[in-house]
Amino acid sequence: MSFIPSAMSELMCTSDLACERDLRVLYSGLSLSVKAGELWHVKGCNGAGKTTLLRQLAGLHPVDIGKVLYPQTSIKIIYIGHKLGLKEQLTADENLSWLVGLDGSSTQLQRYAALERAGLKGYEENTVAQLSAGQKRRVALARLHLCKADIWLLDEPFTSLDHQGIEDEQDWLNQHTLAGGAVLMTSHQEVSLPQVNILDLSQYAGLSSSSPSSGGGSST
Amino acid sequence: MIRFMLAIIRRDLLLVTRQPAEMINPLVFFLLVIAMFPLGISPEASLLSQTAAGVIWVAAMLATLLSLELLFKLDHDDGSLEQLLLAPYPSWSLVIAKVFVHWLVSGLPLILISPLIATMLFLPSEAVPTLMLSLLLGTPTLSLLGAIGAALVTGVRGGGMLLTLLILPLYVPVIIFGASSVAAAAQGMPVDGYMALLAAMFVFALMITPWAAGSALKL
Repeated sequence: MSFIPSAMSELMCTSDLACERDLRVLYSGLSLSVKAGELWHVKGCNGAGKTTLLRQLAGLHPVDIGKVLYPQTSIKIIYIGHKLGLKEQLTADENLSWLVGLDGSSTQLQRYAALERAGLKGYEENTVAQLSAGQKRRVALARLHLCKADIWLLDEPFTSLDHQGIEDEQDWLNQHTLAGGAVLMTSHQEVSLPQVNILDLSQYAGLSSSSPSSGGGSST
Repeated sequence: MIRFMLAIIRRDLLLVTRQPAEMINPLVFFLLVIAMFPLGISPEASLLSQTAAGVIWVAAMLATLLSLELLFKLDHDDGSLEQLLLAPYPSWSLVIAKVFVHWLVSGLPLILISPLIATMLFLPSEAVPTLMLSLLLGTPTLSLLGAIGAALVTGVRGGGMLLTLLILPLYVPVIIFGASSVAAAAQGMPVDGYMALLAAMFVFALMITPWAAGSALKL
């Protein structure tokens, strides 16, 4: 891990985080520090606990062992998981309006602009049921432009996007980190940005671990 | 927080307008169940007027149960429940908002149609206001209590039957006082005590259940 401590504020950290599912230790002894401007690419094979890790960080999955800390108050997080949180019967614009409206507000003009940036110009008033899988993901990702969040937790954000979509999204990730935000994302694809940090979950795998800090079910 | 709750209510109502079946189905179910009783027992007016109170209340309870399973399930399946839980507001506020819409869609129509049902079952007309008032106090309680079960079975495959088994015992007091208030009114007896108890149960449920269901959702 390489960070420059000066002037870089810590947005989130974990200490000795572990996850156990069905008596199987997915990862343990995970200590991570996420600072402003960092992009973390969480890697690991299927079932390594990437999604669970992001859910633990978002507060959606209980943390039994270890800690997840947000040193600063009023840190805003956006979590976009496998399930996008879109209602099929509502239009792209209505979905976006609702998702943003949970913790803020947006005008129709802003939402249309965000959808245009996501490559969905002309689809604003189509119901989500009529959109393709990639377009649905674009609707969910358009939210990133509307909510001013510090940390983006993105679970497989490139899924079902086309080449251009992936490139555009890397561009947004770049802009977000340059603006002082942080990103944690999982993907089986490589992220071609210079500031990317790799977090390989297989290093923290519970059973086959050789590091002394993680002895199966380490207690705190 | 009010804005958060209003956002949920507005979206859920919008969803109902896109899918009106969600609103009509419990109502049709309610009517059909009630129509079965004269066929099954006897179409005699004297017998029906005696059983009317219980029949209407049991049918209202079943109609509520029918729609409860989907209270959180749809949101869970498409991921919007996660987004709701991530919002920086207590989870009980989302439960109240969702239950309010559930009641508006499944409870309120039953109340509005109940005078018609009362006539169908030869319930004495002087008992109709009591019937409506008892349903007005009772059905929100049914929705609130049901929210606990709905929250617990969210994410469980085929949780509908489990939900029914979990929730029916909790409905017993509401049924007892709801149905007996109508029966008492039909015999011209005072119903203030019943109403006070139904109101008390509603307030109690309003205090306890959003918190319990909210905690269950986080599991």
